Amino acid sequence: MYLSKLVSTFVISSALVTGIAQAADISGAGATFPYPLYSKWADTYKKETGNGLNYQSIGSGGGIKQIKAKTVTFGASDMPLKPEELKEAGLVQFPTVVGGDVPVVNLEGIASAELVLDGPTLAKIFLGEIKTWDDAAIKALNPTAKLSSQPIVVVRRSDGSGTTFIFTDYLSKVSPDWKAKVGANTSVEWPVGIGAKGNEGVANNVTQTKGSIGYVEYAYAKQNKMTAVRMINKDGKAVSPNAETFQAAAVNANWEKSDGYYVILTDEPGANSWPIAGATFIMMHKKPQDVANSTEALKFFDWAYTKGSQSAIDLDYVPMPANVIAQIKKTWNTEIQADGKPIYKTN
Amino acid sequence: MAATDTSTVDTASRAKALDRLKLGDTIFKNLTFLSALTVLLILGGVLISLMHGAWPAFREFGFFGFIAGESWNPVTEKFGALAPIYGTIIASFIALLIAAPVGIGIAIFLTELCPMSLRRPVGIAIELLAGIPSIIYGIWGLFFFAPFLQVYVQPALIKTFGSVPVLSTLFSGVPYGIGLLTASLILAIMVLPFITSIARDVFETVPPVLKESAYGMGCTTWEVVRNVVLPYTRTGVIGGMMLGLGRALGETMAVTFVIGNAHKVSASLLAPATTISATIANEFTEAVGDIYTSSLIALALILFIITFMVLSAARFMLMRLEKQKGA
Repeated sequence: MYLSKLVSTFVISSALVTGIAQAADISGAGATFPYPLYSKWADTYKKETGNGLNYQSIGSGGGIKQIKAKTVTFGASDMPLKPEELKEAGLVQFPTVVGGDVPVVNLEGIASAELVLDGPTLAKIFLGEIKTWDDAAIKALNPTAKLSSQPIVVVRRSDGSGTTFIFTDYLSKVSPDWKAKVGANTSVEWPVGIGAKGNEGVANNVTQTKGSIGYVEYAYAKQNKMTAVRMINKDGKAVSPNAETFQAAAVNANWEKSDGYYVILTDEPGANSWPIAGATFIMMHKKPQDVANSTEALKFFDWAYTKGSQSAIDLDYVPMPANVIAQIKKTWNTEIQADGKPIYKTN
Repeated sequence: MAATDTSTVDTASRAKALDRLKLGDTIFKNLTFLSALTVLLILGGVLISLMHGAWPAFREFGFFGFIAGESWNPVTEKFGALAPIYGTIIASFIALLIAAPVGIGIAIFLTELCPMSLRRPVGIAIELLAGIPSIIYGIWGLFFFAPFLQVYVQPALIKTFGSVPVLSTLFSGVPYGIGLLTASLILAIMVLPFITSIARDVFETVPPVLKESAYGMGCTTWEVVRNVVLPYTRTGVIGGMMLGLGRALGETMAVTFVIGNAHKVSASLLAPATTISATIANEFTEAVGDIYTSSLIALALILFIITFMVLSAARFMLMRLEKQKGA
């Protein structure tokens, strides 16, 4: 612990030194999944207001570690912290955007969105119980597709990741077997498969390896023009991954009633819901030490909620619904305070 | 009077000058000593912080429990180092098994058989191979070498050895392309220049008179190499192999790309595996929780110990060679 703290303090302090050199920049660290969006937001925000944001995409686990160590103004994670964990660490958490994990395959003669899978079959593939592409379970879902007896090569993350959390959480919900044997976390004990580092690593390995299946965040599947799989959702409908189906999954979520916005968007009901969707979260201290910087950070997120929706949509993320944003702002007023007063007053 | 005066002044100034020189020497000695001490301090500091960081993991699982544990489960926080230790040792061992004969062969060719005009280009090519950054080996391995192995080599291996008792287990399973064998092959390429250049250097220490006498007696080149050169340089060559092994044990990036990063001990060489350094590189940034982080530091400590043992064995053998040469 001592060592890791030392390392992270060093990394962050060097980051802070450069941050201070360019005037009071807001510093944040965490999830890689929303990184393209946060850097786009930061860029536009800097042009509009002159205030910079320094976001390091070190991964969700790293983001949680660093906000707990108070080395950054905000942490970012795709895995929400449970309400009791938040309370213990004195943190507030709120979602920024919604995205989704997409299973991708490398199969000759199979086009994107041609192959259909359901949750239990996907779980069996990742458990190593379904070993070839012409398995009866896959054939039953794809009666017309040309599937060979090619062995299935499972590709998954080797590093800890919020993307993995969303994916394994979904498999745990749809397969009791998966829940008992593997479970859900940012990294798990994988029964089979090749481990690759980062979304890029999984995308590359799937592209390189014939007969492979992996899972990546939607933007990576789209940018690399990978063969996406359609999933059968909770309502029994086959859906393609895109902004609409992610939105459909988010709409049915009960944000208002969830303590600390602890909502996981996997396996949501709704005919058009993508089953492996997930929100990405920001974590901040309830009683921040550096009030000025935290105020700047809230100002930035306020701006992002009001003016950042279009860039989110452009980058295939789904903005939060208006009623949820209103509630998040209320949360800021009541929970992030200094001397009993909100540090940033929103209307 | 005047003469005596000058002589005392002379002695005094001379003594002063001598003192000054002595002071300079003392400062120089202490400075160099301090530099030497820094190395020991850093080494000691690394070792102590590793042990301190690894302590929670060892306390939780027990030292032998940790080393022999096969499970690596971040969900239940159960960690064992068997799979990474196994992967590290087997991958390095196979790499050495391939690189040692090839490297020694190159060295023999360069010192005994090679025409003068070829000696320099081949020598420089070997040294260039050592200068390629490991990440480049990794990328080449992932984008070119692994797909090539998956399509052409591994299916052939599986087919050929499918009915041979022991080999069928070694080459069983699905041709992933990536895996223990691929990592071993990449490592073999990476340690090859080390073994070659050390072997070449020690072969050049063989006194020409020994070789010439053997040739004079009518020995063939093969006999000279087998009965004169190799026995004379045996310890040096083994030392060089150990240094190569040391490099293979710690290699991180290239291995991470091609080994498959699976915490599994499997008999098949085609199966994905992991090494200690690959595990740390993959998981350290995202390790949440004290036991997880501590287990990774414990892995680092184990790698430190293994590498230390290999390198001291190499040193010891090279030392014996020096003694032999002196005698």
